[in-house]
Amino acid sequence: MNWNEFFSMGERAFYVWGSFGAFALLIIGEVVLLRTRQKKVRQKVNT
Amino acid sequence: MSIFKYASPSTFYPLAGKIAPWFAVVAAMLGAVGLYLGLFRAPVDFQQGEVYRIIFIHVPAAWMAMLIYLVMAAYGVMALTFNTRLSSMMMEALAPTGAMFTVLALWTGALWGKPTWGTFWAWDARMTSTLILLFLYVGYLALINAIDDKKRADKAGALLVIVGSVNVPIIYFSVKWWNTLHQGYSVATSGSSMDPSMRMPMLVMTFACWAYAIAVALWRVRAIILEREKEAAWVANLYVASPPKTSGARA
Repeated sequence: MNWNEFFSMGERAFYVWGSFGAFALLIIGEVVLLRTRQKKVRQKVNT
Repeated sequence: MSIFKYASPSTFYPLAGKIAPWFAVVAAMLGAVGLYLGLFRAPVDFQQGEVYRIIFIHVPAAWMAMLIYLVMAAYGVMALTFNTRLSSMMMEALAPTGAMFTVLALWTGALWGKPTWGTFWAWDARMTSTLILLFLYVGYLALINAIDDKKRADKAGALLVIVGSVNVPIIYFSVKWWNTLHQGYSVATSGSSMDPSMRMPMLVMTFACWAYAIAVALWRVRAIILEREKEAAWVANLYVASPPKTSGARA
């Protein structure tokens, strides 16, 4: 399989990677936000 | 031991911490398999070409958006009937993830709609009712954060979510009840038109999202429990009891 072909997604790269990219971004964002929330509350409880 | 044993935040807190990582691992593994199958193994669609691969995240996201809302509504019923604090906390823990999946369903739907139907958005029954679902999630979060008295906030939130749950069957059956631009069911009990090589990655991704949502909700409910019960004696004990385990190396 050719990687250029894979990334071009049959000339539909914008739509396909725009979807999968948003999916990855939102999941990473949620996990990062959750980590900060956990850290904050743990610090508060610890003191 | 009663069935309500784990309905108490103090007993659920450590349990949630123990099981959440397992769901995260399952989510990561299924996600990797699902993406591999969906992006590399599934054949090209003869009508739509490559762009149809959006289905592997669009449909799971849309299912999760509806499912998480129904789970929240079930917790809402429990919160109002049994008055369990944990039920309300679970609602609060699930809402952001539900909203996220709703945003994803709408976003990926728009990016799929443009090349296949020629438009990012139409005020069609399914899309409009999904947008209303997003407003319900956001409305719930805004409502519980706007009321200072936590008990009242929980009650109002539960009521809103329960009343709003009429919207879920409307979303689900909209493609059948109305003549929509949106296509029909992706998986049907009979006469499903989807090839197994395409259906499989979609189902694997759905289970990945499922495990992910459980892991994230359990982690978030732990933060919520601490935020709400920080004055409680058991929370104080949590940190008095744990140091010997970690301080050994440092001492």
